[in-house]
Amino acid sequence: MVPKLRPWSVSLWLLVWQGGSMALAAAYPHGELLLASPVQAALRLLELLASSAFWRAVGNSSLRIFGGFLLSCALALLLASLAAGRSWLRDLLAPPVAVVKAVPVASFIILALVWLDAGALSLFISALMVFPPVYLNVLEGLRRTDGKLLELARVYRIPLWRRIGGIYLPQVLPYFRSAASLALGLCWKAGAAAEVIGLPAGTIGERLYTAKIYLQTPDLFAWTAVILFLAAAFERLFLAAVDGLAGKAGP
Amino acid sequence: MEIRVEGLCKSYGGKPVLANLTAVFRPGITCVAAPSGTGKTTLLRLLLGLEQPDGGSIRGADCRWAAVFQEDRLLEDLPAAGNLRFALGKVPEDAGTLLSRLGLDLSDPKNVRTWSGGMKRRLALARALLAPAEALALDEPFAGLDGENRDRCLAAIREREGGRPVLLATHDLTGLEDAPVVRLRGV
Repeated sequence: MVPKLRPWSVSLWLLVWQGGSMALAAAYPHGELLLASPVQAALRLLELLASSAFWRAVGNSSLRIFGGFLLSCALALLLASLAAGRSWLRDLLAPPVAVVKAVPVASFIILALVWLDAGALSLFISALMVFPPVYLNVLEGLRRTDGKLLELARVYRIPLWRRIGGIYLPQVLPYFRSAASLALGLCWKAGAAAEVIGLPAGTIGERLYTAKIYLQTPDLFAWTAVILFLAAAFERLFLAAVDGLAGKAGP
Repeated sequence: MEIRVEGLCKSYGGKPVLANLTAVFRPGITCVAAPSGTGKTTLLRLLLGLEQPDGGSIRGADCRWAAVFQEDRLLEDLPAAGNLRFALGKVPEDAGTLLSRLGLDLSDPKNVRTWSGGMKRRLALARALLAPAEALALDEPFAGLDGENRDRCLAAIREREGGRPVLLATHDLTGLEDAPVVRLRGV
């Protein structure tokens, strides 16, 4: 069971945060640099919203990170569909998938920096993080497809596109939805980390790095809030689009 | 057309289920009668091409089939019309009439998940009878039906056999006394 974010508990933790920030500011000279308050972060976010550089950074990062997500989803769906009926392909893909799952994302980021231009880094890293959960979940969904319905389809000579809509899609969709939900969170975390290390110009990661260098903790919190919002918004939009398409593709 | 099996053998894990079966299925209803677990379903699965025999030959079965399986095999999250559309590509014009004869309502918007077992069984039979098939394999199509619904279903099968071989696997031959019977006794 996923715990819900209740307004009272969110408000309580914001108050704790505000209290902690005020306590640090009172206890140390420049203590507010250690922990910006939620009010400071919110005010800074409002300032940022008014600047064109903010929207450029949001656009650049979203394009790369969500682009990586979409590319990886497409590849994972294709390979899972092919691998579902081919054990040699499942065996072939098992080692790289296990490696991507287990190796720390920072190792991939540093390695990818050697290979790639900084601008392509977050796209590559977010794609890399998305592939294993989507591929493995879709594969599991396909493995659990009802064999008796597939026999029915064979006897009644039901064409492939109708089998996909009537048998495979309803079976795989819950697996894909849960993987996509998890992967969207992962790709924003990993993509932002890649931008902080690779520093492509005009991105959220670059702004986070700048905030760290100049100890601009209100900026740090404001940009972090932006990442959280973007991850949640893209998740909702993507899942709504998937549900809409699945509704149209059904028999 | 007729379907002919000669010397048909099938085993599972070394245990024979069909041994040296020879039979001819001509247009009209042919009952395949046997106690449970003695090869009725296996015979139909072999004819449908879902399994391969260990020995013997099958001739004339390479045609377009429709079937009622042991299980209903419906898309539970679709209504009756959706199930027909999925299996047949469309809802045939006479679907409403047939379903009504079987005591079902084609316009019922509820998913079949909410239907009773007997209603689902009748829908599975209607799907087979409406399919543009050259032969029908009906595996215990009356399972779970009361007397009245069994009679309705049997009447619908007779009405729609249309000169096609209809293999009706059942352990209850009531009302089918006029049909040829292939008896499987187990091995």
